[in-house]
Amino acid sequence: MKAAVVVFPGSNCDRDCKVAVERSTGARVEMVWHAETALPDDLDLVVLPGGFSYGDYLRCGAMAAQSPVMRAVAAAANDGVAVIGICNGFQILCEAGLLPGALLRNAGLKYICKSVTLDVVNTQTLFTSAFGEQYEAVMTVGNGEGNFFADEATLDRLEGEGQVVFRYQQNPNGSARGIAGVTNAKGNVLGMMPHPDRAFEDDLGGADGALVFRSVFA
Amino acid sequence: MKATVHVFLKAGVLDVQGKAVESALHGLGWPDVSAVRVGRVIEFDLVAQDAATADAEVEAMCDRLLANTVIESFRVEITP
Repeated sequence: MKAAVVVFPGSNCDRDCKVAVERSTGARVEMVWHAETALPDDLDLVVLPGGFSYGDYLRCGAMAAQSPVMRAVAAAANDGVAVIGICNGFQILCEAGLLPGALLRNAGLKYICKSVTLDVVNTQTLFTSAFGEQYEAVMTVGNGEGNFFADEATLDRLEGEGQVVFRYQQNPNGSARGIAGVTNAKGNVLGMMPHPDRAFEDDLGGADGALVFRSVFA
Repeated sequence: MKATVHVFLKAGVLDVQGKAVESALHGLGWPDVSAVRVGRVIEFDLVAQDAATADAEVEAMCDRLLANTVIESFRVEITP
């Protein structure tokens, strides 16, 4: 059981992700600097953490998507390794073309930091199997650009193929069809704006996030 | 040669900044303003054999980095 958390300049949830994965799953977690060209061997999970990589220059996640390490992340994803991008990590995965769609400025133009209740739309994924019969999850969002966008044909395909994993019960930011988290077609790359890394123990207000990490190692 | 790249959200993508600026302009006494779009201009110098080559290079840069074509469209100008 081994995971890696990629650290970009401007990441600020990297340590949260490390602690969250360690405490949720018992996996060993290595930190990988973005300038590395290779990931550690035998990884089960790669996490791209939240933050403001490269100061959100150009577009959120655009610069980080071109980091040397992202070629290794793409190769790992291609080999079937589980990859989770949380918040800025989601934006990076979209910019890198590893996930469909893009994240736009929140419809209300405001940074939103609050608790959200999610529908667990698909409990049969690599990232949600541990939810079992639990179809709701509570986590927090904290972002200014979390408004998921994709064209209608792509959205239809995502829904039809079961790639929509999490949906906001009350859409906070104008996301298309209330989408909070999606996977790639193969099902081994997940992007989500809410933070499972901030909801992995009851002391943090909820432990639903731990189920996301536990699912990967189930 | 000098390249100027104009990047805007695509027509079908809601430009919330544009909407906010439009509403502010209305509030300041310009009610006839409509269809405000907020975009980005990127300028740089580059060495290329001719304008057509430069244009092709800059288009490639837009596809790779300067624009996200899922949500944005771009226009390239090359001047000597």
